[in-house]
Amino acid sequence: MAVDVAIIEGGGANISSLRFALERLGVTSALTADADKIRAAKRVILPGVGAAEDAMEKLRAAGLDAVIPGLTQPLLGICLGMQLLFDGSEEDDAQCLGVIEGRARLFDAGDERPVPHMGWNSIRKNDSPALLEGIDSNAYFYFVHSYAVDVTPATIGITNYGRDFSAVVTQDNFCGTQFHPERSGKNGARLLHNFLTGVS
Amino acid sequence: MRDGQVVKGVQFRNHEIVGDILDLAERYRDEGADELVFYDITASPDGRSVDRSWINRVAEILDIPFCVAGGIRTLQDAEEVLNFGADKISVNSPALARPDLIDELARRFGSQCVVVGIDSRDEEGVYRVYQNTGDPDKTSLAGRETVDWVREAQQRGAGEFVLNCMNQDGVRQGYDIGQLSLVRANCTVPLIASGGAGAKEHFAEVFKQAHVDGALAASVFHKQIIEIGELKQYLAGQGIEVRP
Repeated sequence: MAVDVAIIEGGGANISSLRFALERLGVTSALTADADKIRAAKRVILPGVGAAEDAMEKLRAAGLDAVIPGLTQPLLGICLGMQLLFDGSEEDDAQCLGVIEGRARLFDAGDERPVPHMGWNSIRKNDSPALLEGIDSNAYFYFVHSYAVDVTPATIGITNYGRDFSAVVTQDNFCGTQFHPERSGKNGARLLHNFLTGVS
Repeated sequence: MRDGQVVKGVQFRNHEIVGDILDLAERYRDEGADELVFYDITASPDGRSVDRSWINRVAEILDIPFCVAGGIRTLQDAEEVLNFGADKISVNSPALARPDLIDELARRFGSQCVVVGIDSRDEEGVYRVYQNTGDPDKTSLAGRETVDWVREAQQRGAGEFVLNCMNQDGVRQGYDIGQLSLVRANCTVPLIASGGAGAKEHFAEVFKQAHVDGALAASVFHKQIIEIGELKQYLAGQGIEVRP
């Protein structure tokens, strides 16, 4: 039986907070690296904590690097999972999934700006997309990352941390958030709700 | 709980503590806290295994990040805490006893979830680190200057510091601006002020003068002297950026 949400297993990533967030929204989820189960799910989430190259290695080992770009249902990449949707990352010079054009670049550490960028920060909406419905411009979300993707044509939410970067992206059925919606209070829950209920 | 008032069996006592934890977590979440830190009072100093399943129940209800401190001595401890759903782990005395623990934790889980807690106070003009502050009988100088320890811990991979200024702790006379400013100048990762909050003005001071990234408080919130929502409105009015 198809689950509401397939969470792609990348190994090592701590996904319990994500699963609880989905539970609070009343949807079932399953952690899986099985291509058939992923294809059959109504929604797919690509989480990710850790290093880009490691995460890609694991996806390649499971054959998912070829599966993910061909998925047709809505897919949400979270944090590193969002970065993996792009062409690549400066981190270990990793080659990523290439679904969206762009690359993740390291932040420059400054006195006023520690790296990783960690904590609450606000987003500016670039558009009024369905994924951000009910969420104000300047809404705060919770970020934990050292690499970020510049603003691209797919960017619908922008955050500044020394430089502007993509906080929320969408392209066709693929979307991603650099922040952790599962740890971003009511705004995060609203975004997940939008992702789960939006038309595919 | 330490005053010996709780005389019920261990299971029941744990249950009661967890109930308190969940109620508080829910209250602070709804009041708008940005992050919660749990000092694991069930962590046992003699190293026997403890039941950390309460972390899982906290993770179920919280939609903001939280950190667990206390009793984390090994990679296995840390892994268990993170797997139960905590976002960060905080180490203090075990890192002083074996600084390599910080490197190991950062390598395994990433600096972003490795918080180093430091208990520190002014000793004749020099800030010095204390260890085992959880137990008054065991509290002692760690043989390190605070600034040196901050630099070393950051080098080893600490992703955040919680500096508990012992001179100020529990007295609600304001944060230790001098000490926090000094540490701020010696680290580039996020610095969280702890110890001394007694009034809304203290929070504004510590952000404006010591440039900390966050301010931690316990008693003023537990005793409902300050309400988090009101505090945030006040800080926003002071021109300090806060999450509404």
